[in-house]
Amino acid sequence: MTASTLFQAAALALLVLILVYLHRIAAGPTVFDRILGVNGFATKTTVVLLLVGAAYDRVDFFVDIALGYALLSFVGSLAAARYFERSGQPR
Amino acid sequence: MTFVLALLLGAGLAFHALAALGVARLPDFYTRLHAVSKAETLGVLLTLAAVGCWAGLTLATLKVASVALFLFLANPTATHALGRAAWRLGVRPWLREPGGAR
Repeated sequence: MTASTLFQAAALALLVLILVYLHRIAAGPTVFDRILGVNGFATKTTVVLLLVGAAYDRVDFFVDIALGYALLSFVGSLAAARYFERSGQPR
Repeated sequence: MTFVLALLLGAGLAFHALAALGVARLPDFYTRLHAVSKAETLGVLLTLAAVGCWAGLTLATLKVASVALFLFLANPTATHALGRAAWRLGVRPWLREPGGAR
């Protein structure tokens, strides 16, 4: 088994695990469950981007996209938490 | 080399799967926060270590290390902010019933 196949299989497995987070986003009882689901979704997507980059031997391209996505999701998650902390219903 | 990659990826995927299991099955928001903040951070570090080992000693590896460091700092910070916001808004934690079987 080559390393490329290994990275592809890992990325595929992570994509399957992302479905659990989608379920939490859809069904989470409070709004914070949904934000938590989006946060975990974004973290896993960052890892998937890097794994796909490694599988196609283009890590130097994909790492910039992954870094930008991680930064954006972190800021977005903090902003959503702040927004619902100030003025919000927990549901 | 492939053996080391398989080891790192397998360990990382195991922690990712544990985090997903926790998100799916744990009873309330605060316990799910544990799964996302701890298990997922360790899984991210292990899988990104595999990518870094594969890329060798290049600028891309430095960037992968910076992504790993950023996620290592940012993921617990974001989950902490979420937990604090939920607590201030009055989301009560799950408690086992007095005398219950759970």
